[in-house]
Amino acid sequence: MRNAFAQELTRLAARDDRVVLLMGDIGNRLFNEFRERFPSRFYNCGVAEANMMSVAAGLAMAGLRPVVYTITPFVTARCLEQIRVDVCYHRQPVVIVGVGAGLSYANLGPTHHSCDDIGFLRMLPHMQIVCAADAHETAAGLQAALQQNDPVYLRIGKKGEPLVHAERPELIIGQGIPLQAGEQITILATGNMLPIAQEAAGRLSASGLSTQLVSLHTVKPLDTALLRTCFEEKSLVVTMEEHSLIGGLGAAVAEWLADGPPQRARLLRIGTPDAFLHGAPSQTAARAAWGLDAESVVSRITDFHQQIGEETRSPSGGAPRGRTKNIEKK
Amino acid sequence: MADAAEKIPPDLAALARRIRATVVEMSHHGGAPHLGSALSCVDILVAAYWSYLNVDPTNSQNPLRDRFILSKGHASSALYAVLAERGFFPPARLSDYCRAGSGLSEHMAPGCLPGIEAATGSLGHGLSLGVGLALAGKIQGRGYQVCVVLSDGECNEGSVWEAAMFAAAQSLDNLLVIIDFNRWQATGRSEEILAISPLREKWEAFGWNAVEVDGHDIPSLRKAMSARSFQVKQPRCLVARTIKGRGVSFMEDDNNWHYRIPTEEEVQLARGELGQP
Repeated sequence: MRNAFAQELTRLAARDDRVVLLMGDIGNRLFNEFRERFPSRFYNCGVAEANMMSVAAGLAMAGLRPVVYTITPFVTARCLEQIRVDVCYHRQPVVIVGVGAGLSYANLGPTHHSCDDIGFLRMLPHMQIVCAADAHETAAGLQAALQQNDPVYLRIGKKGEPLVHAERPELIIGQGIPLQAGEQITILATGNMLPIAQEAAGRLSASGLSTQLVSLHTVKPLDTALLRTCFEEKSLVVTMEEHSLIGGLGAAVAEWLADGPPQRARLLRIGTPDAFLHGAPSQTAARAAWGLDAESVVSRITDFHQQIGEETRSPSGGAPRGRTKNIEKK
Repeated sequence: MADAAEKIPPDLAALARRIRATVVEMSHHGGAPHLGSALSCVDILVAAYWSYLNVDPTNSQNPLRDRFILSKGHASSALYAVLAERGFFPPARLSDYCRAGSGLSEHMAPGCLPGIEAATGSLGHGLSLGVGLALAGKIQGRGYQVCVVLSDGECNEGSVWEAAMFAAAQSLDNLLVIIDFNRWQATGRSEEILAISPLREKWEAFGWNAVEVDGHDIPSLRKAMSARSFQVKQPRCLVARTIKGRGVSFMEDDNNWHYRIPTEEEVQLARGELGQP
């Protein structure tokens, strides 16, 4: 995804001379072409993310379109107050790009994990949050982000992720992209969990549970029209994200659900637990350890679907509709 | 843009006294603290707005205007009073200061008044914003200057030093920092709380053209602000030696006035000392 980001940024910078790249001393050679073509719009801000973020706000105040890029924890949590005050309070069109979504850097240890960034930024007024699922969504998301007049956080993986989209999709911030139709279950997956979700949706449908799959790239603002349809039509809606169940997509959907009228469908949230991931595993092993691999996901959805079916059939009537249920697999 | 020189009244010291009296009254009526911090930087603001800054109150959004950021946002009453005096908005608006629902909070909101370039209040942000504005001026080929006023206590924030290193790396000679060095912060001497000394040498070591100046001598401030080095492209820093609570004998260098709010009687005493009827 980071190569797609660099390529698309270079393409967009050629078309818009307001685009300026600020990076935090990472991405060796990633931006060589950008730097060569637009030397006056490339700044390595060093390992000083607080300053970098406020500098971006200052550039935006003067009419430029800054894009700030570094590893996810350092471009979010590290400079959260700068994002809050200088970017969001001033409502400046800064595009914040975090590389290494979720467990992308699992083997680098918890300092580089990013399962809390959506939660941090989702609370900030005016902030929009887009999680790219593959290289195509990264490019389309960047283009859409640079057309906004408000801040955008674009959360991308690292490199070599599988492609979900055959070609570049039309990405409208705040509108999910349906990828597979289905009748009983909807999986709403955001960002780099989408390939796993796609595999799971395929297996579920093959096993007789007709499953719709949607790339819900935008966590904020939520696509509430889509949510209403899914929760009215299906019996189960599943959110999937490589992010904590606290504060992420699942939490956002649960909040929406709690504040609205009762819905037909139940909600199952799949994400990471309230824990640091120790042991420096690979991303694949990390996902397996936390039940985020396709096999675990399929089995949890199947079990949960069966359980709510039994609840509905039970004499006591089971749980009321519209309740949320969290299942954390340790 | 209007020539700043045309606007220079004959007696800036008298103007500064009038602004100080206004600031004391604003603190009293608004029930707002940080009076000592506001009085401390009045002469700096007067020197900036009546000679250095190329700004036009009738065209406050001109893209070519010089930018001023009061990073020590708790001293906003001084900036509000200076902008009113300079003609950015009617002085009557100052009576809204810290009045509930008026939109004029103690810490400036974005665009709350013409001439307010940035919201500040959380310390350590204004310099980086100013660096961004200065860098934008370079990228866009616009010749404006950016001036940022910091407090010495604010230099506790690491982000100030991140910004200082970045500005020097980018040779931002269109950037001027003025430090209101009154040697106090909220609860004690700034030299005792963190090792701030030697402050001028620190900025110099960070790659800046740094000089010390008497922060209450308006002619010296004006001269120092306008002095440009054309040999080395460096950002500039004026370490302005000031006195917290300056201009009112019973407030000067008394850190109680970081939080105290003057009574009606104290306002009258202060006005008398400041030569205001």
